[in-house]
Amino acid sequence: MKAAVIVFPGSNCDRDLAVAFRELTGHETTMVWHGDTTLPEGLDIIGVPGGFSYGDYLRSGAMAARSPIMRAVADAASKGVAVLGVCNGFQVLTETGLLPGALMRNAGLNFVCRDVGLTVGTSQTMFTSRYEDGEEIVIPVAHHDGNYFADDATLDRLEGEGRVAFRYAGNVNGSARGIAGIVNDAGNVLGMMPHPERMIESAHGRTDGRRIFEGLVGALS
Amino acid sequence: MKTRVVVTLKPGVLDPQGKAVHHALTGLGFGGVNDVRVGKIVELDLADGTATADIEDMCRKLLANTVIENFRIEQA
Repeated sequence: MKAAVIVFPGSNCDRDLAVAFRELTGHETTMVWHGDTTLPEGLDIIGVPGGFSYGDYLRSGAMAARSPIMRAVADAASKGVAVLGVCNGFQVLTETGLLPGALMRNAGLNFVCRDVGLTVGTSQTMFTSRYEDGEEIVIPVAHHDGNYFADDATLDRLEGEGRVAFRYAGNVNGSARGIAGIVNDAGNVLGMMPHPERMIESAHGRTDGRRIFEGLVGALS
Repeated sequence: MKTRVVVTLKPGVLDPQGKAVHHALTGLGFGGVNDVRVGKIVELDLADGTATADIEDMCRKLLANTVIENFRIEQA
């Protein structure tokens, strides 16, 4: 199983994500620079990491979304390759149009950096199959622009189609309908603001994020 | 050809930054401020004769996120 992580100037969770993929797939993760135009052959998983790509210039994720490699990521996603975008990665995926909506400045204006409770919105995705519907888990967030916005029709569609992967148990950033993570209509692209890669082993204090990677690897095996 | 693109949040989209500025203005004693919305201005120096359609394309593809923002093009 082959996983790659995209590295933008300003990414800072790329290595954490790469370690999580390595731990669960058993193979070294390939790091791919944003200026590259092609991805390695035969990829199963692409990680779009957290951080502050391009210093959040213009809008969070806006510049990264237009970088050369993202065209290849969009192409791979359309062919069914699993894509996991975390934090800034979620912002990049909405800016590229791979996921609907946008992530705005937190309603409270504060940078929120702490463990938060999440409710699993659906266990019917390749990313969330190892959780129970409605299960409460704890995963850390660290963001300034995590306030999910989409128009009502889009929100209704996301909810109606079971595409809300995670919600905040207590809304930490003003997100519409408490949305913390969503999948695309094909179910192979997940974007989420919380950082599951920061809770995968006991040394992290909890392992609540590990099952995302286990579910993903299990589904692709 | 100097061109300005004014990007503003769509009406109805919560603007916490605008709310904070509003609050600060009130705190400074400025009464009668009904609302504040914060946007951004992008100044472009374009080749003469650049088509408006091209500028609009720039706005839609990068300068504004039309999910949450409107844009206005002002040509000098």
